[in-house]
Order: sequence, then C-alpha cells, then structure tokens
Amino acid sequence: MNLLDITLILPLAAFALVLFLSGDAAKKAAIGFALIIFLVSLGLLGPTLAAPAAMNFESNVAWIDSPAIRYHTGIDGVSIWLILLTTLLTPISMLISWNYIKERVPQFYAYLLLLEFGLIGVFMSLDLFLFYVFWEVCLVPMFLLIGIYGHDRRIYAAVKFFLYTMAGSVLMLVAIVYIYGKAGGTFDYIQILAKLHNGQLHFEPAEQMWLFLAFFIAFAIKVPLFPLHTWLPDAHVEAPTAGSVMLAALMLKMGTYGILRFCLPMFPQAAYNARIPIITLAIIGIIYGALVALVQPNMKKLVAYSSVSHLGFVVLGLFTFDQAGVDGAVYQMIAHGVSTGALFMLVGFLYERNHSLEIKDYGGVATCAPYLSTVFLITTLASVGMPLLNNFVGEFLVLQGAARVNIWWAVFAGLGVILSACYMLWLYQRAFFGPVSHEVEHHVTDLTSREWVTLIPMIALMVWMGIYTQTFLPSISASNTHMLGQVQSKEIANAR
Amino acid sequence: MHSLWLIPIFPLVGFLINGMLGRRFSKTVINTVAVGSVVLSFLWVLKALSALAPLNETYVEHYFTWISSGTLDIGFDFAIDRLTMVMLLVVTGIGSLIHVYATGYMAHEGGYYRFFAYLNLFMFFMLTLVLAANYVLLFVGWEGVGLCSYLLIGFYFLKKSASDAGKKAFIVNRIGDFGFSLAMFLIVISFGTLDFQKVFAKASTISPEVQYGSITTICLLLLVGAIGKSAQIPLYVWLPDAMEGPTPVSALIHAATMVTAGVYMIARSATLFERAPIAMDVVAYIGLATAVMAATIGLVQNDIKKVYAYSTVSQLGYMFLGCGVGAFSAGIWHVVTHAFFKALLFLGAGSVIHACAGEQDMQKMGGLMKKIPITFAVLFIAAMAIAGVPPLSGHYSKDAILMAAHARAPWMYWVGVVTAGMTAFYVFRSIFLTFFGEYRGKAHPHESPAVMWVPLAVLAVLSLIGGYAFNIPEFLSPVLPMHGGVHDESLATIATAAGLAGILLAAICYLFVPSIPGALASAFAPIYQTLYDKYYVDELYNVSIVKPIANGSREILWKGADVGVFDALVNGAGTTSMALGGLLRKMQSGNLRTYASWVLIGILLVMGGFAVYGGAK
Repeated sequence: MNLLDITLILPLAAFALVLFLSGDAAKKAAIGFALIIFLVSLGLLGPTLAAPAAMNFESNVAWIDSPAIRYHTGIDGVSIWLILLTTLLTPISMLISWNYIKERVPQFYAYLLLLEFGLIGVFMSLDLFLFYVFWEVCLVPMFLLIGIYGHDRRIYAAVKFFLYTMAGSVLMLVAIVYIYGKAGGTFDYIQILAKLHNGQLHFEPAEQMWLFLAFFIAFAIKVPLFPLHTWLPDAHVEAPTAGSVMLAALMLKMGTYGILRFCLPMFPQAAYNARIPIITLAIIGIIYGALVALVQPNMKKLVAYSSVSHLGFVVLGLFTFDQAGVDGAVYQMIAHGVSTGALFMLVGFLYERNHSLEIKDYGGVATCAPYLSTVFLITTLASVGMPLLNNFVGEFLVLQGAARVNIWWAVFAGLGVILSACYMLWLYQRAFFGPVSHEVEHHVTDLTSREWVTLIPMIALMVWMGIYTQTFLPSISASNTHMLGQVQSKEIANAR
Repeated sequence: MHSLWLIPIFPLVGFLINGMLGRRFSKTVINTVAVGSVVLSFLWVLKALSALAPLNETYVEHYFTWISSGTLDIGFDFAIDRLTMVMLLVVTGIGSLIHVYATGYMAHEGGYYRFFAYLNLFMFFMLTLVLAANYVLLFVGWEGVGLCSYLLIGFYFLKKSASDAGKKAFIVNRIGDFGFSLAMFLIVISFGTLDFQKVFAKASTISPEVQYGSITTICLLLLVGAIGKSAQIPLYVWLPDAMEGPTPVSALIHAATMVTAGVYMIARSATLFERAPIAMDVVAYIGLATAVMAATIGLVQNDIKKVYAYSTVSQLGYMFLGCGVGAFSAGIWHVVTHAFFKALLFLGAGSVIHACAGEQDMQKMGGLMKKIPITFAVLFIAAMAIAGVPPLSGHYSKDAILMAAHARAPWMYWVGVVTAGMTAFYVFRSIFLTFFGEYRGKAHPHESPAVMWVPLAVLAVLSLIGGYAFNIPEFLSPVLPMHGGVHDESLATIATAAGLAGILLAAICYLFVPSIPGALASAFAPIYQTLYDKYYVDELYNVSIVKPIANGSREILWKGADVGVFDALVNGAGTTSMALGGLLRKMQSGNLRTYASWVLIGILLVMGGFAVYGGAK
C-alpha cells in the first residue's frame, strides 16, 4: 500500500467515521480529516514531478478474479494536479459550509468525504472497470448534496443531474464490457494500450468510432459539451455552495479528464476523425455559453453558463492534437477549478448574507463590503483571462494550439474571450457598483476571518498559476507529450 | 545586470502597500508611498540609462520562463533600447509630475488610498508594457493598463455613468485585444517565437510583400489592437466617455501614456510594418480619418474635458498618420510632445474645474484669467504648443509628420494641414471661453495650491522647449530609421499659417464678434447638431450591435433554444424524472441517517455483488 492508496482510503475511512459522530464533532472531525488528507496528498507531488510522463505510485493487484477487475492505479503529471485540487477543495468546501449547513450536519460532511473518495479514485484509476466504479461513486454523494441540502427545486435538479449523467455512463459501461471481451478478458487500461500498440488488439474503424462515441458521450455530458449542458445550470442553482464548488471545480473535470486519459489514447483515429464536429460544438459552446451567461438574472446561473463557455476551451484544446493546445486544455482545467470554484464561493457568501441569488437584489456591495468586493474583482479578472492570473495561460495555449491547426478556430473561440469580459464586468457593475440599498447595506457585511481562510489559497493559486507556470506546466507538458506520442498513428501523421 | 525589473516593481510595491494597508494610513503616508515609488522608479530609469549610455544596441535581461509548451517558449524578459528609453522617461517623468499634482487635486476626495493604489498599479503595467522584450509580456502590460483604466474611469462607482464608461472602455479594448491575440498566434506560426529580437531578425530577411500575405495579416491584426488602445476609428468611442474618471487620470492615462501604447506598439513592430505596405496604408488612412473626424467633433463641444478628449483622439490620429507614412520616429516624437502639452491641458483643465467647484461646462466659465492667472498662463502655453506655433514643442513633431505625409501623398499633407487649423481653433475656443470675457458661473474661483501648479509649471517649460530640445527622430535613428520628408520651408510655413489662422478665427468668433458661433450653429443646424452629437456613432453601435446581442441572447438563445429546445428535449424524459422525484420525497421522510446508510449499503452491495459474482465463476 503506497501513499496514493492511503490518500484514497483515508476519505472513505473518514466518511464512515464521521457518519457515527454527531453535530459539531462530526463537522470538526471531517475538516480535520480533510486537512490531513490534503497534507498527505502533498507527499505525492515530489516523486510525481520527478517523472511526470510515467505512472507513479502504481498499484496493481487483482480485486476480482473473474471478470478480471484489477485495482490498478497510478498518477502522472496531469492527474496529480487534479488529485491535489480535490484534496484542497474538499476542506475548503467544508469550511464554507460551517454556518450554512444547520441540519443533517454529519451526513453533509460525510458526503463531501465520499465525494472526495470518488474523485480521487476517478483520477487515479488505470483499470476501466475500476474507473467506472469510482465514476458512479461520485454521482451518489453529489446527488444527495443537491437533493437534500439544495434550494427549492432541489429534487428536480438532483434527479435531472443523476439521470442525465447515468444515461451517459451506461453507454460507457457497455463499451467497457465490449472492450473486455475483445481485449481477451482484461479491463486493465495499461495492458489494453500495450495490446493496441503491438497489434494484439485492433479495432476496425467503424468499431472504433462506436466505442469512441460511447465513451465520449458519457464524458461530454459531464463536461458539459453543448448541447448536453442543460442539467448544469439547474444543478448549480439548486446545489448548496459547497456542492456548486465541487461540481464546477472537479466533477466537470471528470469529463475532460476522461477524454484525455481514455478517449484519445484508446481511440486516436476515431477521435481524430470526429474532431471537426466536436470542435464545432466546443466553439458553439464557447460563444453560446457566454451569450446566454450575459443575460442571466441569477448569479449562479450566470457562472454556470460561463463554465459551459470555459469548458468549451478545454474540449477545443484537447481535440487540436497539438502540444500547446492539449497543455493549455489541462492548464485550463485546473485554472477553471480554482477561479470558478472561488466564484461560487463568493456568490455563496453573498447568498448567506442577503438570501438572494438574483443580481437585481444587489448593487453597491463595494460600499459596504470592500474586501469581499476586491476579492470578487480579482476572481472576476481571473475568470476573464487577465494576464498574470491563472486562466490566461490556459486560454492562450489553447488558442495558440487551435490557431496552428486552423486559424478560424482561434478567431471564433477568441470571441468568447471578448464576451467573457462583457458578462463578468456587467455582473460586477450591477452587483457591486452604484448606490447601496438599505437592504444590502443592512445585510451584506465584509468577509469574516473564516471566509478569508478559504479565499486566500484560491487567490494565491490564481496569482501563482498566472505568473509562475513552471510549477505546473512542465509536468503537464511531459505527460501530454507522452500521451500525444501514443496517439500519433501513421494515419493521423499523414492526414496532417 | 542593471536590475531593470526594479523600474516597474517600485510602483507595484507602492500599489501593494497602499492597496492593502492604505485605509489605515494618513494622507501623508499614502502620498509618500505613492509619489515616492514613482519617483524612485524615475530615478532608477535615469541610473540605468546613464549606465547603459549610449545604448546603441538593445540590452536584454532574462528573469525566468513564463510559459513554455512544445517549441513555444515565452520568458519574463525585459529589454531596453532607445525607443524604450524615450517611453520610460516620458512615463516615469510625466507620471511623477501627475502623481504630485494628484495629491493636491484628490485631497478632498473619498477613496484616496484606492485612487493612488490604482495609479501606482497603472505605472507598474505601463512600465511592463514598454520594457517587455516579447509580445506576450507587452500584452500583459497592455491588458493591465486597460484594467487600471477601467478601475480609474469607474473610480466614482456610485455614479452609473462612471461605471458604464469604465466597462465600455474595457470591453471596447477587449475587441482590440482580440486582434492583438490573433496577431500573436500568427507570429508564432510564421516565426516560431514571440521574442522581439528574434521575430524582427527573421522578418528582416524577408523582402516587402506587395501582395496580401502573412505579414500583412499580422500587421493588420496588430493594428486592430492598436486601434482599440489608441482610440482610433472605429473603436475610439470609449475615450471620450473615459473622462468620467478624475482629471489626473485623464491626463496620465487617457492623454500622455496609455493611449499612446498603440503608437508605441506599431513603432516597436516597424520591421514588420515596413514589410507590409498595405497595412502601412491602412494605418495612415485610419489615422488621418480619425484626426479629421475627432477634430470636427471637438469644434462644438462645451464640456472642457470632452474638447480635450476629442483633441486627444485627433492627435493620436496624427501619430498614426506619422507611422503609416513610414515616419515612425516622427510619430514617437509627437507622442512625447503631446505627452507634455496634453497632460498640461488636462491638468490645467483640472485646475480650472477645481477652481470652479467641479463645473466642466465652458458656457458657465469665462473671465478666469485674472482669478487663476498661473493656470491661465500654463494653459495658454499648452494651447500654443498644440496649435503648432513655433518654436513650441508641438510645432516640431507635427511638422515632421506633415512633411513625411507630403512625401507619401500630398493630399494627406493638405488634410493634415486643415486638421491643424481646426485643432488650433477648438483649443483656443476653449481658452477664450474659459479665461476671457465675464465670469458666467456661480462659484468663487480660486487659484490651485502649489502642489498643483508646480507640476503645471514644469510641464509648461517642457511644452515650450520640448520640441526644440529633444530631437527624438535623430535620437531614435539607430532603432527607427528616418523615412520620407525632407524639410520643406514653404510646406512648414503653410502648416504654421493654418494653425495661426485657426487661432485668429477662434479669436474673431469668441472674442470680437461673439454672435458668429450662434448664428453659424442655427444657420447650419443639422450639421451642428450632428457634430454636437458626435455623428451618432454611439447610438449606431447601440442599435446595431449591443441591443441585438443582448436581446438575441435573451429571447432566442436562452429562452428560445436553451429552455425551449435543448432542455425541453431532456425533460421529454421529464415525466420519468418527476415520478422519481416523488419517490425520493417519500424516502426523505424517514430517519435522518438513512440516506448515508443507503449510500454505504449501496456501495457495499455493488462491491459485494462483484465479489460473489466473480467468485462463482
């Protein structure tokens, strides 16, 4: 059992333990555990960064003999960052729920731990079936977080979220089982890749396309790729703040991570052939998400649609098959997790104070809560791709990669960058500028020290990821170089 | 190493100190930090320059890799050559003066620390912009100054017109930046790097393109960026609105420094533009058209700051004209002299507004000459400088541009001369309306304190001698070779005469026969109204772009497509989900802990099921 396995097991153990505690004790224990897990996970960083192209902390033991499901896990220079983001955002999500969750407290924190367990599992699985299990594990706690702790239409949103994602993952399950049969009885991703490489396993073009689509649709729903995105605004609006943070920052990345880890390496030819329609949808999503965000009267919906737009960049980058494009996509995955996570936190803070998500109920917040307004502004700037903050790097690389393949992709996707400034600055103006109403002045107080504790790491990451990309980018780049090396078949090389 | 990084870092530190702690500081401390950091940066510029003199070659400092991916490698690198040197001196020199002035101007305003924090942040980004050794780092400064402009225009954020103007500036600039970004992507594709030295070294081996080609495309896209930042047609609309910001901001950002960044960027990319004749022509046409258009609007405005704002747009057009006809160094010369006299015009206007208790409408001023004599004197000098009266600074740079324009095409020269006449007219109109005749307002005008008029006096001296003393084109000749225009005495005389004629006409209209303007306005009412309403361009943009996007997004995309089609399709399975929802509601009425137990049981069942199933086989 290595450090990675411990990082995985700890949240599950904590989940079980917290369920048996009550009230405040459960809350404190959960936060304590989450912080310990974060510290433990930091230990993964050094060795992984030393060899980012390879799989580190690999475990490979049989879980079930027949069908041969293996506990095969490991992390490379991409998954390490997603795991660290998970272990960082879990305690933060707990801290922001401190006063917000007043009923069924132990369960709430337990679900967050279970979600953490599922997410870490997703990002480290190297066995298709194991991946599928963790994928489904993630669904349950999020379903409960929305369905129990959400707002008025929570049941509708939770069920929609559950069924929509479920529908996609059933397709993936069918494809996984099919591959199992075809690959000679293994779910082991590394073995499957090896067999594909040495010719023991071969998919006919049509077959490959069906399998690719089965995986891709499951992932695309999760991303969500236009036009499969309509579950997202509902889920975000109804979810409690912590749920929104985890959903936007991490669960959406399950989709893009799945594409990167499984779709591209296992079905490179199909992915390559399907890139034009997919990129078209991604670019439509970038512009469409931004335009619809522009006219939202509800802050959470606005941020939700902005996610549709931002994740469009990620999908665009992944399907450029270009080093800069894919590097940018991964960078954008992490950057979006930080900045949109922070946005949802801040919107949640406003909601806790004034009990409204409608933009029209605000105005003049800058007068009565200057620090909150400043942090919101920094996050807004990060979100609109201000240089020296995190999102710029990802967007720049994605667009650079896209431009290298087809300049028109960069032209149309670039429109989304203009529009992001429109919707975010308009939101900021309406909520924070102008005269302050009596209502707002009375309710909206400035940040508490507990809120500062949750925001400081986010701001620090926004600046760090914007200025010193060398901490993150080389490992991501090395993993992607390795991945692209697997993907470059002769046909793709010829086609370019 | 000469630690160039210290130049922008001083103001950044000032920003951080005042931004984070300023609320608890006294004004004296805030002033010391804000002004001190900029002065330090000015001194460091002087020190670096004296150490690096004569600076015949570009000096580069590499700090660390910023973004690297595949073959793309972008560093945090600063470089300094003579062009950078000129810009550095203007930015830190004028910047210091305006910071000093602002301590007096803003003394009675709320949010004092916030104002100076933003102003220092602006200095940081502006200095990054001119020191950048590659396009992306230049873009960092470029976006950063745009951000500070946004913050400072919207400084009085309780006023909707101010926050609107800030937002407009940011978004219009974003449109320009879109072009700039695309240009960068194409530069990477064509040259494999964004480093100035490498790009220009590779480009200089290419002969000029006669036909439409990749360098032409790159230059046209760079121009889109420059148009946004330097407020040229069709993206100039944000600059007049930007006057909502405090007057020192208008002087520093929206006259002397930031808005000239577009000119700087084009001059920096001269090697590329020289190889794209079509793009050069477009630069010249846009500059000329902007110069004329803005000048005509300036003729009839009544708000003193609006007059100078349109004047800035017009003068920036001149600089573009200079670059477009190949006289890049003449364009930069005009950047420098314009920084002197336009900063002075704005700060002087600020002093006037200060004296008149916030009044900006010139119809409610008049007769201020005796009441605020120092302000009058310096503003008069600035007005003569911009009108091109020899031997003041504006005369030299404007002449250089017009000569080069004549060499390119005589008609450009003539249009430029007419514009020079209009410029002299509207500037002296503002002087006569403000300082001559009887006072028409209700306030009790008083002279500004010394911290305000001393910087004015310094700028006045620079406006007087700045053209004669600093021969920028000669100084820049190692970086930007001189092009076009041999000095022609008769052409120069005509241009000067046009300026003097403008002054004379203004004197007739506003001093001697004050009935003329009113009679002209009613005789040519439609033209007057069109000019007064700025050709209705804002209204046109609103109807043709802003409204359709907002309404289309709301009615068609959101309510139509998103809710009406995509979501409706999903909810086609809605009956099912409703049924399930009912089921869930029943489950909820049970024990509080049941939910978690359900999950745990579920997982265990699944795992157990596999184990058993697996074992059975």
